[in-house]
Parts: sequence; structure tokens; C-alpha cells
Amino acid sequence: MAEVSAGEPDGEHAGEGVITTRALTKRYRGGQLAVDGLRLTVPAGSVFGFLGPNGSGKTTTIRMLMGLIEPTSGTAHVLGRPMPRSARAVLPHVGALIEGPALYGFLSGRDNLLRYDAADPTADPRTRRARVADALDRVGLAAAAGKKAKAYSLGMKQRLGLAAALLQPRRLLVLDEPTNGLDPQGMREIRTLIRELASDGTTVFLSSHLLDEIEQVCTHAAVMARGRLITQGPVADLAAGARGRLVVTTPDPADAARVLKEQGVADVVVAEDRVTGEAPERDLAEVNAALVTAGVRVRGFGLERVSLEDAFVALTGEGFDVAG
Amino acid sequence: MSRAEAVRRTSPLWTLGLFRSELLTTFRRWRTVALLGVLAAVPVLVGIAVRIETGDGSPAGGGGGGGGGPAFISQITNNGLFLVFTALAATLPFFLPMAIGVVAGDALAGEANAGTLRYLLVAPAGRTRLLLAKYATVMAFCLVATLVVAVSALLVGALLFPLGDLTTISGTRIGFGEGLARALLIALVVAASLIGVAALGLFVSTLTNSGIAAMATTVGLLITVQILDQIPQLHALHPYLFSHYWLSFADLMREPVHWDDLTKNLGLQALYAAVFGSAAWARFTSKDITA
Repeated sequence: MAEVSAGEPDGEHAGEGVITTRALTKRYRGGQLAVDGLRLTVPAGSVFGFLGPNGSGKTTTIRMLMGLIEPTSGTAHVLGRPMPRSARAVLPHVGALIEGPALYGFLSGRDNLLRYDAADPTADPRTRRARVADALDRVGLAAAAGKKAKAYSLGMKQRLGLAAALLQPRRLLVLDEPTNGLDPQGMREIRTLIRELASDGTTVFLSSHLLDEIEQVCTHAAVMARGRLITQGPVADLAAGARGRLVVTTPDPADAARVLKEQGVADVVVAEDRVTGEAPERDLAEVNAALVTAGVRVRGFGLERVSLEDAFVALTGEGFDVAG
Repeated sequence: MSRAEAVRRTSPLWTLGLFRSELLTTFRRWRTVALLGVLAAVPVLVGIAVRIETGDGSPAGGGGGGGGGPAFISQITNNGLFLVFTALAATLPFFLPMAIGVVAGDALAGEANAGTLRYLLVAPAGRTRLLLAKYATVMAFCLVATLVVAVSALLVGALLFPLGDLTTISGTRIGFGEGLARALLIALVVAASLIGVAALGLFVSTLTNSGIAAMATTVGLLITVQILDQIPQLHALHPYLFSHYWLSFADLMREPVHWDDLTKNLGLQALYAAVFGSAAWARFTSKDITA
């Protein structure tokens, strides 16, 4: 899927990315800079996590990629073609859930999907009902298909929004907070669905607040803050940017802390029976042996994996507060 | 991994499919049905009022062509068909254009408000095509709304009053069949008279993300124009107000038909459609969709 086959690929930018932006910038009329010189590359076949605090420019970026908003400057290419100019050729291959689902409350779930499908010029009216039924089935809404959408719970609306994105086979799915409003069981189902779609070769661009969600599902991620891209790359690399911490559980914390310092462990912190520190370069087995040799009774010894959240805080320096 | 089905063909009839979907969506809205219900009730009220008023055999409207009530009201007791003309004359200044203003004003702003607009556009409906489908739907609503008034009036007229040959404004007699044909023609002209308001409402609808604001603005403009049309000092402006020639449809009941004001009316509606249609297009195709 490296090369884009829809129509004549745009020679200039038909690079390796399913989404490629260059110096993409959006300044709103009030002068507020929402997105500032974004250079994003989403590799084909990846599940790409798009992270950032509220107000960091994620949604504006997604809207520019979908041709809803005209960039102030810079370019955005989706499936190798420039947006918003090629929206009509590109968007039939893209399923999108943008800022939550939006439905006609007075129509049934099924009729909502029929309406959205009728808006797609490439959708075959003859297979419409069957495709709608499939999509409803896929998100677990088949039983509620005849109910008016205004009677749906938030989670059901979210599922219906996802179903709209799955009306046709897609090459790219853009999902903005897809598990918002779902119960844990629903979240699991949606994540399973995303993995399933990804294994079929669909590229998934997923924005989320839930870092563990990104960590569980995504192969790649990008982090935005205050309209700028802070970093992007494979999730494993991002998490590896911050080293893990060594954790020792012991009834002799003072002795353990002393021994660990001797062994070259920096930033040793003692909290009741837990002693933690930055993992040293050397083999941890030797550190453990040193503890035991020194007569420290060890209950637990291990490396605490750095979460993406730690990496995220390290990168943005602000956690998930709203950007000012 | 290139895919064989990568290039999907667009059906040439697709725009019709979008139009059909628009029509279905509009007419399944509870609000649309309510508006049509109100319009259908007007001839019922007028018919019953005239029936009660003339129960003693005296003509309605104080006789003559004087300023007593809407056009043709004095003729209803002689011929129920005149209720069609009266009902259209009664609803055209306000009820009909208000209904159009609500539907047209809500057309895009309402979708923006509900957020459904962004999903239609990423489907991708295409901005020009969506706008065309919306405008066609509003015009279809103009026609349906007018026909609802006319058919309701015809039924009420047939129930409450005698039917038969009728006398034109010029004093000649025409058969009931021809009268019915003229009534249909008048309904079509009335529907066409609403094209200007429809275009104006659709343009207003592209300016805001609030359906309520767009509806209120359109209806407000409608009232303003009607008031301006009543101020004699502004007579230089009057020929350009979309409502100025509205009641010219009565000229279709002359023998021979006076076409002057009728053609001016249709020309003016076409002008409004062109001006505000273009403005709506210019605005909608360049707008950032942030809702």
C-alpha cells in the first residue's frame, strides 16, 4: 500500500505516507494560531495515535485533512492527493468519525446510515441496504437499528458514528476519540474492531485522550501541544525515550537504598517499603545479587516499564491540562 | 498493496439520489409536517368563517371589490372554487413565505448545528451538489406547501359551498373545468413566487451555524420587506422587493389574462434566485466548516 493507486497519484507529494502534511498551518480569523507548521507523516498500514491536550490543534488538523477547513498555508496530502482540492476523489476511501457522532434524532439508526450513504457519490444504491445492515452488525447495533437515534445512549450513538465510517471498504479510517462514552466492555469491542480493520490493511488514524488506549492499539503516535508537533514515531520508540525505573520492595528500605546507590542507581527514592531509582546500564541481576549479599531481604525486584503517559508528560511538560 | 477497486465510479444519477435523500429527510421532520398542517388549516378556517358569516344568505366581505378581506372572498358562497384563490391570497403574504423561510433557513444551518453537515461533506456529498440538492428540496417544499393550501381549500370549498361555472374578474363566464385548470396554474405561480424567499433563506442559512438564527433572520427579512412595500415614500424601491408582485396571480383570473405583472414577478424571482443563489454558493463553497 506504499503507492497510492487511486487515479493519477500526485507526483510531487505521493510519498510513503497515507497522510503527509508539510508546514500545515491554520490561523483562525481572530488571529489565533491553531496549528503551526505541522509536518506529519502517517505510514501506510499503521495504527497511528494522535495525542495532545485539549486545544492543542488536533481537531483543526483532522478537519483540514478532511477538507472541511482550508489551511492558511502549507499542504496536506491524503492518500497521495492534495486536500481539500481532491476531496471528491479521496474521501470515498476514507471513513471518518470527527468530534463525536452527529445524527438525525428523528430518523432510525438504519435511516441515518442510509442518508449518509446516499451522500457518497461512489456508493452503489443497489447494495446500500445490505451494506448498512453489515455496518450495523459490525458495531453491534443490529438489534437497535429500527430505534430512533434520539433514543440512543451516548455509547450507541458512538457506535452508529463508527458504523457510518464503515459503510464501504476504506483505505483510511480517521477516528476522533472513538471510544468516548463507551463502557469498558464497549471500549474493548471497539479496540478489537480497530485491530481487526488494521489487520485487513486499513490505515487507522486515531486521536484519543486515553494514553493506555493508544499504547494498546497503536503502532505509531504523534504528540501535539499548542498547535505544534512535539514528536512522532513508533510507539515503542516514544516510550523508550524515557528510561524505566528499578523498583525494589523490601522490609529494609534504608539498607536497600544505600546498596542501590553503591551499585550506581541514580535518583533513589524511598517510599515505605518501596525503593525506586533510575535503572543503571549494567545487568540488573548483579544489582539484585549485591542486595542479597548485603543482607537486604528482597520481596520484589523489577523494572517498571515507562508508560506512554510518562513519556507524554516528559514531552509536553504539562500533562493533560488545557493549553492556555 | 494496490487494490483493484481503488477507483470507484460515480453514478450519473447520483445527484438525484442525494436529492431524494434530502426530500425524505425534510418531509420526515416533525416540524415540516406541522408547518404543512398549519397551512392546511388556513382554508378550513376561512371556509368555516365564511360559511358561518353567510349563513343568513348575505354575501361575505361586504359585497363589491372593496377592501373587505382577501381577494375573491366575496365570491366563495357562489362557488367553492374561489376558496382556493382566497386561501392562496390569504397565505401568500405571510404563512407560505414563513414556512419557506423556516425550511430554507434551517437547510444548512440546521445541519451545521446538529453536526450532520460535516458527515455529509466527508461522505463526500460535495459542497455545490449539496447546495443544489438543498435548493431543489426547498423549491419542492414551496410547491408542496402551495398545493397543500390549494387542495385543502378545494376540498373545504367543495364540502361547504356549491361548485360550478365561475365568473372571472373581467366578468366573463368560464366552465368549472377551465376554472380548475386556472386554479392549478395559480398554485404554480404562487409556488414560483416563493423562489426568491427560498434563495434568500438558503443564503442566510450559509452564514450561521444556528438553525434558529437563520430561520428568525429569514422570517425577519420577510416582515421587513413587507413593511417596506407598504411605505409610499419608498416606491422607487418597491419593484425590487421580492413580495411586490406577489398578488399579481389574480391577473390569471382575468379574461384575457394580464401578463405584465405576472412576468415581472417571475423575472424578479429569477433575479433573486440568481443573486442569492450565487451568494450562497460563493459563501458555502469557501466556508470553513467548524461545526
